[in-house]
Amino acid sequence: MAPTPVRELELDLDAFEGPFDLLLTLLLKEELEPREVDVAAIVLSFVELMAERDELDLEACGEFLVLISALLELKARALFPDEAAELGELEPEEAAEELARRLAEYRRMKEAAAWLVERLAAEGDRWFRLGPAPLAPQPERTLAPQDPSALAAAMRALAEPPPTVSLSHMALRFPPVSQFVERFRALLARRRRVDFDAEVGGLSRVEQAVALLALLELRKSGEIALSQAAPFAPIRVSRSSRPWAAPALAERLPGGPQKVQRTFWGESPAPPPPGAADEPMPSGAVQSTVPSGLGSPATPQEREEGFEALDSERILTWTARSA
Amino acid sequence: MDSPLRLIASNPVDRLARTVEALLVVASAPLSVAELSEATDDDPQRVETALALLRERYSEGRSGIVLEAVAGGFAFRASREASGACARLFERPVERGLSQAALETLAIVAYLGPCSRPEVARIRGVAADSAVASLVERGLITEAGRETGPGGAVRYRTTPLFERVFGLQSLASLPRLDDLGEDAGELRERLLEVASARAS
Repeated sequence: MAPTPVRELELDLDAFEGPFDLLLTLLLKEELEPREVDVAAIVLSFVELMAERDELDLEACGEFLVLISALLELKARALFPDEAAELGELEPEEAAEELARRLAEYRRMKEAAAWLVERLAAEGDRWFRLGPAPLAPQPERTLAPQDPSALAAAMRALAEPPPTVSLSHMALRFPPVSQFVERFRALLARRRRVDFDAEVGGLSRVEQAVALLALLELRKSGEIALSQAAPFAPIRVSRSSRPWAAPALAERLPGGPQKVQRTFWGESPAPPPPGAADEPMPSGAVQSTVPSGLGSPATPQEREEGFEALDSERILTWTARSA
Repeated sequence: MDSPLRLIASNPVDRLARTVEALLVVASAPLSVAELSEATDDDPQRVETALALLRERYSEGRSGIVLEAVAGGFAFRASREASGACARLFERPVERGLSQAALETLAIVAYLGPCSRPEVARIRGVAADSAVASLVERGLITEAGRETGPGGAVRYRTTPLFERVFGLQSLASLPRLDDLGEDAGELRERLLEVASARAS
């Protein structure tokens, strides 16, 4: 047998220096610990050796693969000594025998494959009719007996249109400024001073922003006076000393009343902090019929009807009643 | 006095040969003597006589159709002189593009079968899943039970189509590969030789 590049492979590892054949034999004779052998370095050496050659030697590659995989197996078994080792239990000579036997077995099968290739070439001029579709064997399907009504029920469930997905959160709907204007007026009719933060505490950010806009509108028209002790300090709203401006602010605002998509007194309003209102309510009767602040909770019925029911008209009605 | 005349008028074996001929034309896979005997409701020996008659009539050089003994039975095929024309018109989907891995797997299954994928992988040193799947799809190998024991792997054997594609009468027609039998000893000798030379 002609020497193969695998035999010629000279290694220069930390644990070993010499030909690959010797390394393998030393390992099989247990004169060298598999764990000390850097398998990756061997592969690298072989790849470099192959790269130096002009043509790819498949025979050598195949032999190398078998040997290196056997080496890898030996190393793996040495690293996990508890695992029952097939090769490890063998005597060195037996191990060599086993390794050689496997190599020979594989070679025999490669020979057989080569014979099949030759045979195929020799029989290439034999043409015959093929049977029906040998290419796709039909998989056997074993389904349990099925109840037709159950199938129909399943189909009905599938045929039902899916529930409409609400896209309300996708679009920002602003409650009209005019509503807040009216509410602030109503509040200030009862109280001389109102704490802005306490009043809008239960509202969403958008609603809080609109409420602030309403406040600014009222300030612009001179109806109210605003005061703030310091940046981020509570904003105090009080009645202006000037008499109220007559024209309804809502009519001047662009767009007019709009439909309110979401409640702006929220489902879980924050309780008004102590001292939110400087003055007690004028009377208990007023307090009972009018929401005490912008953050009043919706009645159960309103919650059931959903946010859509809370349109601007009702809010305006309440505002009017409280005025 | 009339019996000799009737014998000449209809030779029974000749009539049986015509029936066998018809069956072979309809069949898409080789038919065994037993199958032909059952279909013609005739004696197996007489079927073989009829087959011999047909093989003489349908032989290379005499006919464009050739009757051949293949895959444990008999089947018609095109004569070899017509192979060029056949190749221009038809495909060979079964054996076209067989990879080296598939051929090695096929050899292992043919020689050692029925055998499982893990067995094939142990001999070849790499997983055989895709090669086995390809061979099954081509119809060259098929499932043949499972290995005994828990989690027994599916075993595979070659199909009659394999024998037909490779022109084998049966798996026994595969060549013996004992000529490589010395290899194990030789390899071992070599390993130990090098070891003792270097160690000294």
